[in-house]
Amino acid sequence: MGKKFLLEHVNVPGIETLKVYREKGGYASVEKALKTMTPDQIVEEVKFSDLRGRGGAGFPTGLKWSFLDKKSDKPRYLVCNADESEPGTFKDRYLMEKIPHILIEGMIVSSYTLGAKTAYIYIRGEYMYVLRILEKAIDEAYAAGFLGKNILGTDFSLDLYVQPGAGAYICGEETALLESLEGKRGNPRLKPPFPAVAGLYACPTVVNNVESIASVPTIINITADKYNDIGIGKSAGTKLISASGHINKPGVYEIELGLPVEEFIYSDEYCGGIWKGRKLKAAVAGGSSVPILPADLLLKTAKGQPRLMTYESMADGGFATGTMLGSGGFIVMDETACIVRNLWTFARFYHHESCGQCSPCREGTGWMEKVLHRIEHGHGKMSDIDLLVDVAKKIEGNTICPLGDAAAWPVASAIRHFREEFEYHVKYPEKVKNPKHFELEPFMSEALLVNS
Amino acid sequence: MEVKFSNETLALVNKIIKRYPEGKQKSALLPVLHLAQSEFDGWLSTPVMDYVASILSIKPIEVYEVASFYSMYNLEPVGKCLIEVCQTGPCWLRGSDDIVEHLEKKLGIKNGETTSDGMFTLKTVECLGSCGTAPMLQCGADYYENLTNDKVDTLLDKWRTENKRSSYMK
Repeated sequence: MGKKFLLEHVNVPGIETLKVYREKGGYASVEKALKTMTPDQIVEEVKFSDLRGRGGAGFPTGLKWSFLDKKSDKPRYLVCNADESEPGTFKDRYLMEKIPHILIEGMIVSSYTLGAKTAYIYIRGEYMYVLRILEKAIDEAYAAGFLGKNILGTDFSLDLYVQPGAGAYICGEETALLESLEGKRGNPRLKPPFPAVAGLYACPTVVNNVESIASVPTIINITADKYNDIGIGKSAGTKLISASGHINKPGVYEIELGLPVEEFIYSDEYCGGIWKGRKLKAAVAGGSSVPILPADLLLKTAKGQPRLMTYESMADGGFATGTMLGSGGFIVMDETACIVRNLWTFARFYHHESCGQCSPCREGTGWMEKVLHRIEHGHGKMSDIDLLVDVAKKIEGNTICPLGDAAAWPVASAIRHFREEFEYHVKYPEKVKNPKHFELEPFMSEALLVNS
Repeated sequence: MEVKFSNETLALVNKIIKRYPEGKQKSALLPVLHLAQSEFDGWLSTPVMDYVASILSIKPIEVYEVASFYSMYNLEPVGKCLIEVCQTGPCWLRGSDDIVEHLEKKLGIKNGETTSDGMFTLKTVECLGSCGTAPMLQCGADYYENLTNDKVDTLLDKWRTENKRSSYMK
């Protein structure tokens, strides 16, 4: 069994209440941080812990904190990004729903560190029932003196609010999130200035993912030294992985970074293997945006090393033979899955979610959806395959925010690894007109599939 | 009909506005639009949006541009029960297409349409963050997960009997 910090007490009845959460040691980090540590000490501690942004980008959290403009005399803000919308990702929802106080505890310590007197949790509107759970927990925290004026008798005061979004993936991009929190369309901002200098209401702001903030109490409690003992190199600590698709046990798992992918998929402690006794064909291992990998490259790197769930090992081989750890949205496909159809759903998703600000993304995502739709439905041409590659290339790197890249990478990688499957769709239009075509007759040769 | 929030909702709106610094009441726009949609029959008509603009002391266009950007705001009337079925990759892998097909058959409508009695609107949506419990649908604030055709039938019966308007705000 790997170490668990975030989900250690997830099955304890009543853990969503402050009373039970405290019985299990909850809010200890608030006491320790506010009474025995200076904000600068905490920044150093979080830097030393090697905690990296758990939303997907993996940027070092302590370093991000250190960019906050301290010379400004404007108020500072901490905003938690709970706009979890990356297909395949549902870990933040699980954590907030089951253990809301761990996020609140992290918000208090992080706000103290950053000198924020007001903090917001921006949660996607569809998670309205989770918002209610958070608000209830926040009320409890106010009543117990963990929020409000002079927390635990110190000089530090904090107000914490939950703000709902209203259905827009783009608001997970931090500057779009800030626009949305200001009551506007979620159009990402041009950077610089970065939020650390001019964020919410043009004030110095830090935006962090739910899981990143929820990991801070552990770092304070056990020390950074102990935290980064777990994991490998610059992939330290534990990570929540949301597993979905064709596996026996979909769900949210906390893993120690460094766990082999093969163990994650086949161990009964995690995914429990491929469902229905079928074989593994491919996986999108870090949320819909990351490159898809066929079974062989998923389990082993191109050099033949076991693929590990770390930022570095997942990326081994670059985009040619590797992928990214991303958000930890782990989508598994068995032999009956159609790579083209799955990709078409992703392309439709990105087209729907593009904010429309940059033409390469606005137009390109539409074209990719359209071309993929016709290939998948038996109306494609051979030249469509290279057309897709071309459109993806023209989006990548040419937009204000990473949504364009996120839309381009899945297309480029699917064609890189599964070009024959696209060609099959063009060659046999009558066969693919049945939406369940590969359930009737799996496409990939046995040799390329992996048995459990 | 005069467009006006109930006193209870107005109190809530004033409480929400206090979450933001002085002069930043526009920040309340998204939560207030959710309240408006819930209070005024599940959609945002132009008079409703104008009313929200007046409450927040912003221009109507500032409301229209936001209401049209976010997918949870309905700019046209919808059925009493808005059934939103997730159809993105992970849900599709677990059979969301079959659920949509079943709903279309049972309700006698296509995706995007409303039943003639005004009871149900069927809408496919993109990833709702429920991939591990797919296939799933959202109706109001509630998630219904690990769906089967039988479960869908039971839900439809329940909603018909309850005959209540679905709302994200409950």
